[in-house]
Amino acid sequence: MIGIAVIDYGMGNLRSMAKALEYVGARSVVVTADAETVAHAERVVFPGQGAVRDCMSALQRSELIDVLGQTAAERPFLGVCMGMQALMSVSEENEGVRALDLLPGSVRHFRHLSTAHQKLKIPHMGWNSLCWVREHPLWEGIEAGAWFYFVHSYYVAPADERLVLAQAEYGATFAAAIGKDNIFATQFHPEKSQQAGLRLLENFIRWDGYARNRY
Amino acid sequence: MGLAKRIIPCLDVNAGRVVKGVRFVDLRDAGDPVAIASEYDRAGADELVFLDITASHEQRDTILHVVEAVASEVFIPLTVGGGIRTLADIRRLLNAGADKVAINTAVVEYPQLVTEAAARVGSQCIVVAVDAKRVSEASAPPRWSVYTHGGRRPTGLDAVAWSRRMAEAGAGEILLTSMDRDGTKLGFDLELTRAVSEGTGVPVIASGGVGNLAHLIDGVRLGLADAVLAASIFHFGEFTIQQAKAAMAEHGIEVRR
Repeated sequence: MIGIAVIDYGMGNLRSMAKALEYVGARSVVVTADAETVAHAERVVFPGQGAVRDCMSALQRSELIDVLGQTAAERPFLGVCMGMQALMSVSEENEGVRALDLLPGSVRHFRHLSTAHQKLKIPHMGWNSLCWVREHPLWEGIEAGAWFYFVHSYYVAPADERLVLAQAEYGATFAAAIGKDNIFATQFHPEKSQQAGLRLLENFIRWDGYARNRY
Repeated sequence: MGLAKRIIPCLDVNAGRVVKGVRFVDLRDAGDPVAIASEYDRAGADELVFLDITASHEQRDTILHVVEAVASEVFIPLTVGGGIRTLADIRRLLNAGADKVAINTAVVEYPQLVTEAAARVGSQCIVVAVDAKRVSEASAPPRWSVYTHGGRRPTGLDAVAWSRRMAEAGAGEILLTSMDRDGTKLGFDLELTRAVSEGTGVPVIASGGVGNLAHLIDGVRLGLADAVLAASIFHFGEFTIQQAKAAMAEHGIEVRR
């Protein structure tokens, strides 16, 4: 039995995610692009960096699209950065890309929040503090206002405000973490966010999700 | 609350060992990259930069082992610079666990590398290192030229225009070092830092010349840097990261505490 499948679609620093999960005590972490392996994992981590279009075509090539939808419905599922953005319905990146549509909403560029009065450096890169919006088991042991590491040029605008679990401030308030049922997704990188990030990952490997049809 | 200004210690690595000594803690092995990185992580460093100065070609891969070892224990962003020539070099470092790579000489010789690398691995991984030296007369408006090969070779490129061009080509960040100030402890070249920060849309890390905590504050407030890089003031225990953050916070700068 695979404990955690870290989805590998050839983008970003996956080693750090796997190492961080192992560091907090996860057993049997596999970095994989194999749909069958993902389908049999207890938990799924969907990380990544880069562009949505490349992400979607890589997922298609590896025939991972269906299995992502399935596992997200059934098991604890953590999306990180690009792995959060790809869960949405659509991204305006690369002139508009249909994404996985597991959560309603869109992905927008920070330039919309940049004004002559307040010129934003893009990407939003560095440590930003979170403002809790909603209780969640994955926040356990993490202080309000905790700092997390972000690096991204696009942000998620959920269609349903109830999805938002935490916000951060850059130009305006944006969704730093969203979730629904088994899905927990962060714009920040827990695997690069020192103690607070490691605690979140530890909470994730102990979380049973809200699954209704456990396999 | 909002985005914090970052403090980034820079470590020189030669053949897998941190060189020039790090004496800020009671380390049993002052050259062990993992021990030093862990200490800086505990001390509150926001990121780490490893500058690979390995000259011998046979030992080029030692940096990969350093990155692998550090990335298994230290969970803050790691940037690696030095000797990166190709997309394959970049991929190897990222796969080993680096979050970003800093490139200088190779992008001057082949600017297209930035665009190609950004398309493949994302802009957020690509830092362009700009080594700049003031070339204008004292009375004339300031002008800086880009240098390569560790500051030995002038390119004739204007540092501000070059930084902007690199950001437009796909660099996610600029690591800006003043060759005039590097090692002097006289503080950042604030005019240079400000000109590059205002001239590019991406974050700028100021580097070169930090001798005290006021220099860090000036780098952010007057130089408009998004992050400040320093080596000796931290390595030799003159100041701790927390002292630096406390001083910055007293001057109204947002820092991660």
